[in-house]
Amino acid sequence: MVVETGHAPPTNREAALAAIARLEEEQARAREGGGHKYVERHRARGRLLVRERVELLLDPGTAFLELSTTAGWGSRFPVGASVVTGIGVVSGVECMVVANDPTVRGGASNPFTWTKIIRALEIARKNRLPVVNLVESGGADLPSQAELFVPGGALFRDLTRLSSEGVPTVALVFGNSTAGGAYVPGMCDHAVMVRERAKVFLGGPPLVKMATGEESTDEELGGAEMHSRTSGLSDYLAQSEHDAIRIGRRIMATINWRKAGPAPSQVVEPVKPADGLLDVISADLRVPFDPRDVLAHVLDGSQFDEYKPLYGTSLVTGWGRLHGLPVGILANANGVIFPEEAQKATEFILLANQIDVPLIFMQNTTGYIVGKVYEQAGMIKDGAKMINAVSNSCVPHITLLMGSSYGAGNYGMSGRAFEPRFVFAWPGSRTAVMGATQLAGVLSIVARSAAESSGREFDEAADAARREQIEHQIRDESDAFFMSGRLYDDGIIDPRDTRTVLGIALSAICSGPVQGRRGFGVFRM
Amino acid sequence: MVISKILVANRGEIASRVIRTCREMGIGSVAIHSDDDALAPYVAEADEAVRLPGSRSVDTYLRADLVLDAARRTGADAIHPGYGFLSENASFAESCADAGIVFIGPPSSAISSMGDKLQSKLLMEKAGVPVLHSVRLDEELVDESTAREVASLGYPVLVKASAGGGGRGMRIVQEPEHLQEAVVSARREAASAFSDDTVFVEKYVVDPRHIEVQVMADEHGNAVALFERECSIQRRHQKVVEEAPSPVVDEELRRRLCDAAVDAARAVDYRGAGTVEFVLAPDGTFAFLEMNTRLQVEHPVTELVTGLDLVRLQIEVASGAVLPEEALHPRLQGHAVEVRLYAEDVAAGYLPTAGTIARLDWPSAPGLRVDAGVVGGSVVPTHYDPMLAKVITWAPTRAEALSRLSTALRRTRVAGLTTNRDLLVQVLEHEAVRRGDFSTSFLEDCDVPSLPPLVQPHDVPAHLAAAALVLEWRERSAVDVQRSIPTGWRNNRSSGALRSFEVDVATVQVEHIWSSSTAVTVRVGEAAEVVTGHVREVGPDGVDLELDGIRRQYGVDVDSGIVTVSSTRGAVTAAVVDRFPDERREVPPGSLTAAMPGSILAVHAAVGDEVEAGSPFIVMEAMKMEHTVLAPETGRVVEVLVEPGTQVESGALLARVETAASTS
Repeated sequence: MVVETGHAPPTNREAALAAIARLEEEQARAREGGGHKYVERHRARGRLLVRERVELLLDPGTAFLELSTTAGWGSRFPVGASVVTGIGVVSGVECMVVANDPTVRGGASNPFTWTKIIRALEIARKNRLPVVNLVESGGADLPSQAELFVPGGALFRDLTRLSSEGVPTVALVFGNSTAGGAYVPGMCDHAVMVRERAKVFLGGPPLVKMATGEESTDEELGGAEMHSRTSGLSDYLAQSEHDAIRIGRRIMATINWRKAGPAPSQVVEPVKPADGLLDVISADLRVPFDPRDVLAHVLDGSQFDEYKPLYGTSLVTGWGRLHGLPVGILANANGVIFPEEAQKATEFILLANQIDVPLIFMQNTTGYIVGKVYEQAGMIKDGAKMINAVSNSCVPHITLLMGSSYGAGNYGMSGRAFEPRFVFAWPGSRTAVMGATQLAGVLSIVARSAAESSGREFDEAADAARREQIEHQIRDESDAFFMSGRLYDDGIIDPRDTRTVLGIALSAICSGPVQGRRGFGVFRM
Repeated sequence: MVISKILVANRGEIASRVIRTCREMGIGSVAIHSDDDALAPYVAEADEAVRLPGSRSVDTYLRADLVLDAARRTGADAIHPGYGFLSENASFAESCADAGIVFIGPPSSAISSMGDKLQSKLLMEKAGVPVLHSVRLDEELVDESTAREVASLGYPVLVKASAGGGGRGMRIVQEPEHLQEAVVSARREAASAFSDDTVFVEKYVVDPRHIEVQVMADEHGNAVALFERECSIQRRHQKVVEEAPSPVVDEELRRRLCDAAVDAARAVDYRGAGTVEFVLAPDGTFAFLEMNTRLQVEHPVTELVTGLDLVRLQIEVASGAVLPEEALHPRLQGHAVEVRLYAEDVAAGYLPTAGTIARLDWPSAPGLRVDAGVVGGSVVPTHYDPMLAKVITWAPTRAEALSRLSTALRRTRVAGLTTNRDLLVQVLEHEAVRRGDFSTSFLEDCDVPSLPPLVQPHDVPAHLAAAALVLEWRERSAVDVQRSIPTGWRNNRSSGALRSFEVDVATVQVEHIWSSSTAVTVRVGEAAEVVTGHVREVGPDGVDLELDGIRRQYGVDVDSGIVTVSSTRGAVTAAVVDRFPDERREVPPGSLTAAMPGSILAVHAAVGDEVEAGSPFIVMEAMKMEHTVLAPETGRVVEVLVEPGTQVESGALLARVETAASTS
């Protein structure tokens, strides 16, 4: 038999690999930082690159889960947002690392930089992750100050709140940390400054001259020696960048850190290899796939104990373990959420809260069912129960965007607005109020009825053009990279890394206590 | 008489050796130990042990009174002296007899006769054994007539401790003007090692071979030669490789050597085990050198080619038995080779090393015998001989015995301190040694640094990759969190795991990336190609690694920042470069430092003195050897931190010289 390969639609694996290649391409752009010229200039000054600093900081052989790797995608700012954030292990302590990339416009913070840092600090605070800041930033990108100045205050607020909640914060200052940036070492519990490199002041010599007429030097205003010997802002004077990182590692080794959450039990690897996932994920999002097939590649021992398997079958719920920790799973099976599925989800969420088990929401949903029968059956009430349960659930949530994430389905499945501890997206996923075709179609119907009611003639040609234009726009805006670029998730991940990413996130979550909501029993919906 | 309990008046491997035969014969054993040897294996092997307080030999193992007291307190009815220490001390043998304790060795008269090397020569001459002429030196100062007498022997000459053995207290003198200096230093070493500073001078035979014959005699008139041993390969007059039989001794020469040895033994009414040493000149003539009235270090090669247990024979003879039939009519079968594994740094001029042997694993190999004084984890003290073990193989032929031994040594896993293992392999595999074509100056004439390394340069990268993987495993497993997360995982990778090693003088960076839980890609050296590999198993001290298609088991030992990677080829040793180098404390210029731990014997200059670069400044003793620390620069002494008797650690600052340039 002859197969016409030229026009065959891509297989699931081909589509997944293409999406992964796109992710790698975008991440490679982020790793380039400010580009060859600025990287070389930075090196020529004898300085380490941001990722070299991070690599040195981490314990050898441990993992690093970089977050929001494609932040700023599709914006006028470089991909990666000139900062590296992520979860790594420093002296045996799982930390949030926040490191400026000084090769990108001098490490200046654009709106995406601060959004990314603020999100990292929020994750640190919610999960009780000690924070290590690797500071070298020229401060705010002044032309975009209007976008970042007001929300940027959260950065300082969160650092101090972390401290007040007993989560240690460290600043290792490698270079400029001026104006607002000067408060980063100021707000941290521990500050280390590199001799002859760190420069930490509210106003530099020109500004001081303008303000008060005083003549001053960089070193007098904010040198590492001055801050270590005179102002006391620096606790340790480091001889070099390596020395600063060494001191930072010693600080983390001495904070007497104890994780407040449960410890993992014996881990059994899944029976199915991670690579097999690529054959599971549908190349065409309109074709649903069975989340049990995904779980077989993700859960410990590929073991999944399904809850209510015969009821509300469009949503799969059940229990499993991930890297030795118990989890509850809610995963869309056929896209649509019916009243039964909403009730089942509500019960399951209540159950998890009774037994203090974190929940993982695996989204592939086109939203709640519409139509006369369902509205009359009380779809809104059932959907509201589910959203209510999700909103008020106290066990940690992790949300994974596998495919579609449309409409209120995004909300009910613990979308970003419902403050899950982490949101990760597969590169082929799409998030929007509804599918692009549906949205364009709805607008067209509304326009047609408006024309009819006002008695105008409906311009079919213009409508077709408009439909196509809107469909195109919505398709672009629902793209995973578009959403991730705006920090609506914590990063796009290679589906084959799902088990590892969720494992690191879950382990980070266990830095803090894991406790469900108490007060009522489990309502049978 | 029946011997029921033997005190072994020795330490290390020979003590273990004697205790082994005691156990076989159902005889009780008692060990003695200095403070430094309290944890030595031989002490644990003995039924009982007695502590001799102190560290230095003169305070412990050479203290005849303490040893006898230990024997009395433990009820030992015999003492085995081993070799060295009190083994050739006639008065000790007499004291034993006085105390009613059997001395497992010859009669004290035989010890005295042979112990005085000068007197022994005269005796031998009388008995018809060929000898070399010599001059005795009783005085500290060499007077003119003595110097003339020495000159008449013909330079070069050899200054030897009369009571000596094992090369201690021995000096070759090429020119008459160095005679005095050699005498003084030989006397000092002899006094410290044997409590007897008598020395003598004899003709130094050029390109000689050292051949010795094992003899055994009982008190019933039987004296028998158990064939020869070839011990020509030596360093600093200390034997390194010994074999039996000698590749250059034919049946006829063997018969003549054995006859001469038996004559020598009979001349002193010998009893027990003894060794008659001969110098064999290139022309085939031989002369009596000395007779060692004890068990030799290298006795195992004789045991392996004759099938006899010499310690058992010693004990039997000492208890009055007649030598058994198999000893009276010995048969020579196959070939045996022994090497002495020393804790020493060959490249640094055979400088003794001391410290903890982090790891010592012997391979299992056909025909292999290991007589070791240490085990992995043992501390090698500075006060005694730096020999760690004797490694011996037997095979039907010489070629096979040599190959078996070099293979076994390559596969020996030793880490934590520098040894002469590589040199031993290089010697055993040396073409001239394989041919049997060498003399006692073999090692001196050999350009050791040019010998092929055990691990070929193209195999070094794989060894470093193995080190990097094991170090990573160790560090990763020290972290308690995320234990099941894949090692070194990244979702946005900027580089692989990096680690640098210092190998010889070069710094080599190893970069590796795990592409799955078993697959890695590795780059050794920043400009090198990336190779792919598979890790079958990795743990705290080794990795089963296939790299670029070749799979090997690598043992990886890490000790004080030094990593030793052992494979079947040998080992690569490298320093692990610290990720965060400490600002190192610089040693001020003009400093003299101790190259090894030891004690100071003499300081030749005081503060304010002017010294020449290269002139002897401080003499120290370590591992029973004298080392002279030279002035590093010409200038004025500004600091002297030690005096005779001071104990110093390796790397300790001893003194400082300020150069003329730095003061001006």
